[in-house]
Amino acid sequence: MKQSIFSILLVVILCLTIIGLYIGTSKQILSRVTLETIGYQMPVLGFLTFAQFIAMVNGGIDLSIISVANFAGIIAAILMKQHAFSALMATVSGLVGALLVGGVNGILVAVLKAPALLVTLATGFLVKGISLGITKGYIISGLPNSFVALGAGNLLGIPISFLLLLMVTCGLVLIFSRTAFGRSIYLVGANPLASLFSGISVKNVQLSVYIYSALLSGIAGLIMAARFNAAQADYGGGYLLITVLICVLGGVSPSGGAGRIVDVFIALSILQLISTGFNVMRASAYLATALWGLLLLGILIIARKIPKNVI
Amino acid sequence: MRTSTKFKTAIITYMKNPVVFVFYFTALLSVVIGLLEPKFWSWVNIFDLLRNYAAWGIFTTAQVIILISGGIDVSFTAIATVAMYLLGLFMLNHTINNLMTSFIFVIAIGGILGSINGVFVYLTKVHPVIITIGTLSVYYNLLIHFTRGRWLYNLPSFYLDFGLLRIIQIKTSLGPPTGLSVLTVIWISIAVFTWIWLRYTKIGRKLFAIGGNIEAARRLGYNIFLLQLFAYTYAGILSGIGGFVYGAAAQFIQPNAIVGRELDVIAAAILGGASVFGGKGSPLGSVLGTLLLGIVRNALILLRIPSYWHSAVIGGIVIMATLFVALQTRYSSRR
Repeated sequence: MKQSIFSILLVVILCLTIIGLYIGTSKQILSRVTLETIGYQMPVLGFLTFAQFIAMVNGGIDLSIISVANFAGIIAAILMKQHAFSALMATVSGLVGALLVGGVNGILVAVLKAPALLVTLATGFLVKGISLGITKGYIISGLPNSFVALGAGNLLGIPISFLLLLMVTCGLVLIFSRTAFGRSIYLVGANPLASLFSGISVKNVQLSVYIYSALLSGIAGLIMAARFNAAQADYGGGYLLITVLICVLGGVSPSGGAGRIVDVFIALSILQLISTGFNVMRASAYLATALWGLLLLGILIIARKIPKNVI
Repeated sequence: MRTSTKFKTAIITYMKNPVVFVFYFTALLSVVIGLLEPKFWSWVNIFDLLRNYAAWGIFTTAQVIILISGGIDVSFTAIATVAMYLLGLFMLNHTINNLMTSFIFVIAIGGILGSINGVFVYLTKVHPVIITIGTLSVYYNLLIHFTRGRWLYNLPSFYLDFGLLRIIQIKTSLGPPTGLSVLTVIWISIAVFTWIWLRYTKIGRKLFAIGGNIEAARRLGYNIFLLQLFAYTYAGILSGIGGFVYGAAAQFIQPNAIVGRELDVIAAAILGGASVFGGKGSPLGSVLGTLLLGIVRNALILLRIPSYWHSAVIGGIVIMATLFVALQTRYSSRR
């Protein structure tokens, strides 16, 4: 009941955003071109946000998502360009690369009990370093068409990557609301010790959380590489803050244990609309990022003032 | 019999102290690099290293304060950049025309931005990394938006000369004279000063207390808000001074030079014995941690490792340090 009030609030904000942008951009926000742009841009941010969501709901944080995403894109791009891998094999290899990093994160956090913050900061740095090393800092561009379709192709006018995002969103909704695994992610996030005593293997849950997080980041990276038709070690640096912002805006508690995929998806739509709207209005990207930061800080203060049982 | 047990315990405590381990590692590394590349032990290289890492060392001391108080700060790069860049702008239009004013200016900017961090950390009770990611993006992006992020050259001579000032001059047989830079002296003085007040004043001990167990500190009647505000403001001031030193060392002001290298500093702080769980750390350890990272980077250059591999090597060292600390915490909590 309380949860649905929050969702309705988010939907209202979404509608207000659309109306505001409709006026602000003189109807351009709902034009075919703009909607198409949104359809192509949203999947990358969406997958990264879900990657962050899983870690945050579990009471951790994943600061390595951007590095992992670029790492996956670079592995795929190098294999296709220099070793003539097929698009499918390269994609799979990219994801395997991401999973490896996720495994390292997971082992360090779950088994060795190192703080997630420090672990993911460090692996992110290392992975970015490796990406820089294997690309020598250059951009790898000119990828095969079969791969580029992942980011730029469409099915009946709807971007393939957007369809993929919708499918994964539905899948995650089911996992988080209907499966024991999904419930245990929340429980471990809310209280790891109590979960342990109630028979949940905290170790396995945390390990899988970071592996899933890396998998979603890897997908984001592959879509990003396909959309830009290029891979590089430091694309998308600004996304990290935005993923945290969207999660917090979508009702994820920064201390773990609460938050729903549906709400996060609505929050994602709001931010993507505002971001694209800013572009249409030709506002500065720096100003936009500064505003995201202010918004994040503002929401955190407001969220603190509202008693827990209201949301 | 008894003395030997005592001796054993002493040895174990000694070995368990990561700073001691880092010290020997740094010493060993320096010897090995010196053998591979004799230039490493030249006066020029040593003094250059000490000068180039002065700003990073000051940032690390700031980070250690925050880590001791149980927080973490990734926004210091933005604070330093804002202080350094605004200083540059005001120096270029001659509003600031002497060393004293410029020093007070960066302290003021750093203090204000740092205290904003402290207020947000206290009010939201959210993990400081989220808060400081937020303030980092606000500070840095507003600066770049309003100033367009141009590089600043032709800074006034009082600032440039200060950056080149040497306290001790040494004549080398070949090449230009070298010596101990005033920037290095600023760095070491800040570290020693911070070490002294952390160790011998009430407020210093209280910072350790809130970092070790915030609830216990609250029940003892400590004012958590003022202590956190103090820690973040002090760190902000040091970040501002770090920005001043960075610009003076580089001799021009580049707005994107510092942001993005947050992890170097956090790593140096942790190598120097600070813990992300709070309540532990030492400003003198931070000097050691900075030196270790500096020596590694220096060695990578001297050994002609391609620059695009440098981040990976540093990242590897940070992972090792994380692993080491995690294993140690596990080991000591089991006993």
